[in-house]
Amino acid sequence: MTGGKRDYGIPGTSIFDGAAAQKGYALNRMCYSFNSAENREAFRKDEDAYCRRYGLGDEQRAAIASRNVLQLIAAGGNIYYLAKFAGILGLDVQDIGAQQTGMTKEAFKAKLIEAGR
Amino acid sequence: MATIVGAITSSHVPAIGGAIAKGRQQEPYWKPFFDGYPPAHAWLARAKPDVAVIFYNDHGLNFFLDKLPTFAVGAAPEYRNADEGWGIPTVRPFAGDPALSWHLIESLVADEFDITMCQEMLVDHACTLPMALLWPGGGAWPVRIVPIAMNHVQHPLPSLKRSFALGRAVGRALDAWESNDRILVIGTGGLSHQLDGERAGFINKPFDLMCMDAMVNEPEKLTRYSTLDIVREAGAQGTELMAWVAARGALTGRVTKVHSSYHIPVSNTATGLMVLENQPLPAARAA
Repeated sequence: MTGGKRDYGIPGTSIFDGAAAQKGYALNRMCYSFNSAENREAFRKDEDAYCRRYGLGDEQRAAIASRNVLQLIAAGGNIYYLAKFAGILGLDVQDIGAQQTGMTKEAFKAKLIEAGR
Repeated sequence: MATIVGAITSSHVPAIGGAIAKGRQQEPYWKPFFDGYPPAHAWLARAKPDVAVIFYNDHGLNFFLDKLPTFAVGAAPEYRNADEGWGIPTVRPFAGDPALSWHLIESLVADEFDITMCQEMLVDHACTLPMALLWPGGGAWPVRIVPIAMNHVQHPLPSLKRSFALGRAVGRALDAWESNDRILVIGTGGLSHQLDGERAGFINKPFDLMCMDAMVNEPEKLTRYSTLDIVREAGAQGTELMAWVAARGALTGRVTKVHSSYHIPVSNTATGLMVLENQPLPAARAA
């Protein structure tokens, strides 16, 4: 599993439980702020200063800098708030799906279509 | 007494909002999805609901982790959509129905559902997109709404068993509502999908089809799945099935399926639509 500490026994799947929610609080709070266009702009202008203003620790700031979704989840990120960060980067859920599964976006989309057959 | 005309359950994938805004309904990628909805429009034209009670999950527009209710009932005169951060256009505001909201709140608490009451509540894509799918084309919304938000962000999530019981309690309250209103129940989300983790892109068509089948005549069958069972079978976000099960629970009469459609994929999601008609039972109406 990629978030929290407990193993829920579902491969490749993190459960956003109390431990993850505590660990990720600052990161998720920052991402929640991205509902505002003004805040998105402030983040774009100076990412690290914005992260520090929201109290992100070293692991979370590094995860933001890396743009790596699995790393962001490991740092306590919840996918619904992380989606707002991905939006700033111009990434949709298929981009982040491809990134997390190590596939190209085309291959990821083909996998989804295959699931419908 | 009010009449529960039926339930509609529908996916609410954000990309649908982009497709509507850009007029892409007839493009090859989108057409199979949007083609599911005209039979629902035809049924709505016959059922003529006045108000819609909507079970949905907020994805971080109105609620954050600082204060996150398991079940929250809207009691506002108006509900607005707002910027969710990733760029789909907002929709026009919805008129609320505060009298019905407070009736539901009083009835639910008397029924031992200790819900949160919200006189201000932004509604996100999970509420707005099914509305836009059911009543396309702009103009004034033809129904008032009462949104009921369910926690789908932070585990522990409400179980399907509890969600169904909440729906049952809402159905009892609606049956006892002294008005001539025709009430539609909506449940949004699903079906199988997973956005996060190495298993992102997980979809389970046989499980979804089983759920859609069970929704008609054996919804209790679905209540035997734990939240983790649903995560395993339907993906980390497949647990949005909770809103479908709640909407089905609110149907207190004889239920028949009018229409269903199922399409894979929209974005990362297996999408489903069901139209279930409710024939009120004499006993329910007398109760």
